[in-house]
Amino acid sequence: MSSAESSVSGDPELRRSPDPDSAEWLRTLTGTGQERDQAIERLHELLLRVARAEVRRRGAGLRVSGPELDDLAYQAAADAVMSIIRKIGEFRAESRFTTWAYKFVIFEVSGKLGRHFWRRPDARLDLEDWSRLPERFGSGPEHHAEWRDLIAALRRAVDEELTPHQRRVFVALVLNGVPLDALVARLGSNRNALYKTLFDARRKLEARLAGYVTHRT
Amino acid sequence: MNGFSRLERFLRTDPRDVGCGEAMEILHVYVELVAAGEDPEARYPGVAAHLRACGPCEEDFAGLLAAARLIGPE
Ligand SMILES: [Zn+2]
Repeated sequence: MSSAESSVSGDPELRRSPDPDSAEWLRTLTGTGQERDQAIERLHELLLRVARAEVRRRGAGLRVSGPELDDLAYQAAADAVMSIIRKIGEFRAESRFTTWAYKFVIFEVSGKLGRHFWRRPDARLDLEDWSRLPERFGSGPEHHAEWRDLIAALRRAVDEELTPHQRRVFVALVLNGVPLDALVARLGSNRNALYKTLFDARRKLEARLAGYVTHRT
Repeated sequence: MNGFSRLERFLRTDPRDVGCGEAMEILHVYVELVAAGEDPEARYPGVAAHLRACGPCEEDFAGLLAAARLIGPE
């Protein structure tokens, strides 16, 4: 993957003094007494609106009940407020304060939905059922015969090219359709590490199968 | 597009792809560029490449953009 476009502390070129609204958030949230308490409460209300809008936006595909989603949104907002208070010194005014703060609650929603995935009765981690590959790439049953050779070639490539960890991640994410954040929660890893593992697996498999797919179609 | 070409597209990696860590780190800046109608890809080509390939980061991007647009600054 490519080299750094930004450091961990964001993009130094963009660092500047905050706009008046952001400065007010910073002043009150790092202040004391009642003013600080009120700012934290306002932040929580704002993040709760964002969290509720976000779970609604993700809506249909979630298979999570309404009350559970509302609970999840509430927890996401509360946890995001805690992280923001802890990390407020890292805000570099590269964006409005609110956009930076919303990012925390969006990530919390993603992480909590990832953990929630394992409550599904059909959630599988290690089952290696290659017959599911066609449907995972949107091919109906009428095309499954055409996939036989490709599946055999891909399985061979997986056997010969991937490390055990790459294979496990590939099987979970690709064959079993486990969402990345769900695998992160299950393996106690992080998104970046698992994406990199899958990235390396994809690169190896693509090299092995180069031309195979195009040649067949 | 058929299933074969979807699989082929999935396996194809973009060397500019910066991965989740960097994309998540800069996402608030990236979102404001988009909201302002600017071209974020010109400034962060590796993040743009990542968002094309990574479903969860793309989802977070869409959610953050929606939040920045709907709820905006106070
Ligand atoms: Zn990502």
